[in-house]
Order: sequence, then structure tokens, then C-alpha cells
Amino acid sequence: MNNFIILPILIPLLTGILLIFFNKRFAVQKAISLLAAASSVVIALCLVQMVYTEGIQSLYLGGWEPPFGIILVADQFASLLVLTTSIIGLAAVLYSFRTIDRERERFYYFSAVQFLITGVTGAFLTGDIFNLFVFFEVMLMSSYVLIVLGSTKIQLRESIKYLLVNVISSALFVITVAYLYALTGTLNMADLSVVISENGQTGIITVVAIMFLVVFGLKGAIFPMYFWLPGSYYAPPSAVTALFGALLTKVGVYSITRVFTLIFYHDTGFTHQVLAWLSAFTIIFGVIGAIAYSDIKKIIIYNILTAVGVILFGIAANTSSSVLGSVYYLVHDMIIKCALFFLVGAIAIITGTNDLRKMGGLIKNHPFLGWLFFVSAISLAGIPPLSGFIGKLKIVEGGFEAGEYAISMVVLLSSLLVLYSVLKIFINGFWGEQVMTTEQEKGNTKGMLLPIGLMAGLSVAFGFGIELVSPYFTQAAEALLNPEIYIQAVLKE
Amino acid sequence: MELLMSIVVGILFTAATYLMLSRSLLRIIIGTGLLSHGAHLLILTMGGLKQGASPLLGEEASLYVDPLPQALILTAIVISFGVTSFFLVLAYRSYQELGTDDMDQLRGHDQNE
Repeated sequence: MNNFIILPILIPLLTGILLIFFNKRFAVQKAISLLAAASSVVIALCLVQMVYTEGIQSLYLGGWEPPFGIILVADQFASLLVLTTSIIGLAAVLYSFRTIDRERERFYYFSAVQFLITGVTGAFLTGDIFNLFVFFEVMLMSSYVLIVLGSTKIQLRESIKYLLVNVISSALFVITVAYLYALTGTLNMADLSVVISENGQTGIITVVAIMFLVVFGLKGAIFPMYFWLPGSYYAPPSAVTALFGALLTKVGVYSITRVFTLIFYHDTGFTHQVLAWLSAFTIIFGVIGAIAYSDIKKIIIYNILTAVGVILFGIAANTSSSVLGSVYYLVHDMIIKCALFFLVGAIAIITGTNDLRKMGGLIKNHPFLGWLFFVSAISLAGIPPLSGFIGKLKIVEGGFEAGEYAISMVVLLSSLLVLYSVLKIFINGFWGEQVMTTEQEKGNTKGMLLPIGLMAGLSVAFGFGIELVSPYFTQAAEALLNPEIYIQAVLKE
Repeated sequence: MELLMSIVVGILFTAATYLMLSRSLLRIIIGTGLLSHGAHLLILTMGGLKQGASPLLGEEASLYVDPLPQALILTAIVISFGVTSFFLVLAYRSYQELGTDDMDQLRGHDQNE
């Protein structure tokens, strides 16, 4: 029992409510958002340290013992993701100050951001499968608001599709929970795991497992359920796309990880093999999209798919090093996607276009932005001293251990194409002949370099300080590999 | 009883899928309505349809029906209410802005904003 672990959910929730009352007072709005985002980071840091020293923390809401009440569980995996989420939240709020216009701010933009973060942290911390559904809906509803806010034509068009896909996947989620409840009679994740291990993972449980894969695959955009993502993420402003790209799909990935390491791990032969092949195709389709486009935002959007595939392959291979690699890569990817969406947003503001063929020579006037982009780009591809390296190394190592040679090679080759796709932006956008002089530029980077620098710097620090943080990640991977640790901590058997 | 309900739910899902694959936006929204009806009925069915009193302790019966699925349905209903009303307003707005409710005409290219 520890009341502290509800704070990462409570702070953004209360801030979101408070911000509704200040929708016309821009300065107050910004100050409150900034304060809340900063304090969330501090609290998440404390949470990570607390879980590190004292083990898995849980909170029985209302004092009802599991499996009867709703519980919140903070294991190290969830805590690290909460910390990453709060840092991204802070950076996104800072970035929004400069890039989001008055009209959007007046219509509750910052409230929606806070509610989005409430949903995401809630989904990470909950220990109850139906509660996970509710937090998914909190997150999705705020994302509907954020995607359509401003109501330009492209936003209206794409949010209809986004909303429809998510309504269907939510209905599927409810259906799947209904089946699972009929089979096991419980909704608590730890208790579900116990019931399934007692009665054995029968064929029908495997069916439910695959249904969960479909549901979370729709949220997390894995092959063949990714078709909605490129269009939808293209529509909103960059600050919103950064939040979506860094957080939303990763909640789907987190849920797949949680469900397949905690609940459905008794018959890995079939489910994990399906997951492995789906992630391989996700990687392949992601890189094809990334190299096909000459639109900077589209390129980064397709790179989300590749990363989702890489992370899920680590989970599917299910060896100790591949799961550890997935945890590393998940955190790395959240940070770096946020940085990259900020960067392409900044480029689009300077040049006034997303088209790579219409820009060039930006390095002359924006050297700092250019080198930040370069560092982020090679970090995304996984060049050794930077943060993407260790995760991919461990995933490939684990993949070879598990005998998945073909897919491990796909992961390695995908790095090359990912590197090509982002360096294409760097070479065409920053090098070459200067297309526009300072006077012709549509905007400047004032106020944007701070959040970009924060995220890129964090990524670099994560890469260089890997030995400092590795005990935390090892602890996270350990709990994922041994579900007994989680079950013990929750049910206190 | 559960068998009959399962078949009815199956018909609802079929109708929902058919409607959601049509071109008119309003038909699609009606489809999502039917889909959530089906999902809610399915929770009730999967919770078991045995005879028993309503889950009110004042009834003082020996057997009650399972209260948990009812709470889940209630939650799911208000969530789908919220989403559906948002969806309807979105459809109205996009009809105003884009001048069509035909999904085929909502296909767009990136640069034509």
C-alpha cells in the first residue's frame, strides 16, 4: 500500500480540470501547465527510485484487497515509462508554447494535453484489465480532441478515420474482456495470470490472447493494423504529433508486452511466433514507407512503425537479453521520436513546407538545429555511443539466442534503411544549395530549441550514461521475465 | 438462453460490420452504435444469464445475478455515449466544412489542404 503511486495520474488530472477555468488567460494557463509538467517529472523520478529500492509498489484503491478492488501497480517497467511520459509531457508543453496558436489554446488545448497524459500514465500503472480499457478511452478521447482541434480540412478528414478505427478497436477490447471474464471470472491481471496457470492455457485462452493482440495491435499500429496511422498522424500540428508518436502507439506496445509476459505466457509456441512474424512485417512495411516518401513528417511517421516492430520482436523472442533490449529500446524510442517530431516541426515552420524537394542548405542559418537533427538521426539508427544502440544490440542478441535468425537479420537491415531515410532529410534539407535567404524564411526557431535540445540531450545522455541507468532497466526486465515477482507483489501470497 | 443471445449478438455484429463498410458517414455511425450494442449485450451474456434476483441487497434473495458485468456495461455505455456524440458532431462539422458525407470523397492527398 502506497498512496504515492497515484500521484502521476492525479496531478495531470487535477491540472486538466483546473485549466478548464483559465481558458482565456493564456499566461496563467501556460504557468500552470509548466508547473504541473515539471512536478510530474520530479514525482516520476521519486517513483522510479522508490520502486528500485523497495520493490514493486501497489495501491489498493478504496482499501479493497485484490482481486476484488481496482489496484494500481508500479513495477519498474511501468515506472520508467511513467518517467519518460512525464518528461515528454514537459517537453511537449514547452514546445506548444511557441507552436500552438492562440485559437487552439483558447479552446482547451492544454487541458486536453493533461488529460492525454492522465490516460497514458493510468494505462501504465493500472493492474486491472477493464481499468486499462477505461484509461485507454481517457487517452483516446483526449487524442480525438487534440487531433481535430483547429478543424482544418485535413484534420476533419483524418480524424473521422482515426475515430472510426479506435471506436472499432475499443468495441473489440470490450468484447475480448467479456470473453476473458467468461473464461476466468476475474479482471485483475495478476489474478488472471494465476487462474490461467492453474487451469492451463487452453485453446480458447489462446484465441483470447490473439484477440488481445488484434486490439492492442490496432492501438499500437502493427502490421496489418497500421493502415490508419500515416494519415492520422500527419494531420495535427507537430507538437500533437510528437505526443502521439511518442506516447500513444507505445501504450499499445506496453499493453502487448504486459499481456504476453504476465497473462498469456504458458503457450508461447504459437502466440509468440505469430507476434514475431507480425513484428517482422511491421518493420518491413515501416522502412518501405520511410524510404518511399520525400515528405519529412511522413518519413518520421513511418519510422514509428519500424520501432514498434523492433520492440515487439524483442518481446516475442522472449529471452532475457531480448526483453531487456526491448525495455531499453522502448524508452529510447519514446524520447527520440519526440525529438524528431519536434525537429521536423521546426523545419516545417522555417521553410513553410514539408516537402524535402523544396528545401536545402538550412545548415547555413541554423547550424544548431542541423546538428541536433544529425545527432537525433544517428541515434535513431542506433550508432554505438548513442541511445538506440544498446537496445537493438540486446534485441538482436536475444533474437539469435532464440534461433530467429531471419527476423534478427531484418532488424539489422532495417537500421540501415532507417538511417538512410533520416539522413535523406539531413542531406537534402540541411546540406546542398541554400533555397531561401533569411528574409524568405517563414518563421524562426525561437523558443523551440529548448525542448528539442532537452529531448536530444536526454537521448545522448541516455546513450552515454547507460551503465548508470542499467540496474533500473535490468530490474524492469527481470519482473517481465518472471511474472511470479509481479503476482507475489500484488496478491501477497 | 446464452445461445440465443450469442446468435443475436452475432447478427448485431454482422449488421454493424456491413454498415461500417458503406460509403455514407451516417450509416457508419449507425454501424458503430450497433457495434457497441452488440458488445454490451455480449458482456451481459458472457457474465452468465442464470436466474436470480436483481443485485439489490434489499431483495434478500438466496441468489443474485452477477453485478460485475452490469457495472462494466454501465461504464462502457457512458464511454460509447461520449464518443458517439463526439463522432456525430465531428460528422456534422465535416459536412459543413467539406460539403460531403461520402467516404470515397474524403480520400485526400497530403498537399491539398
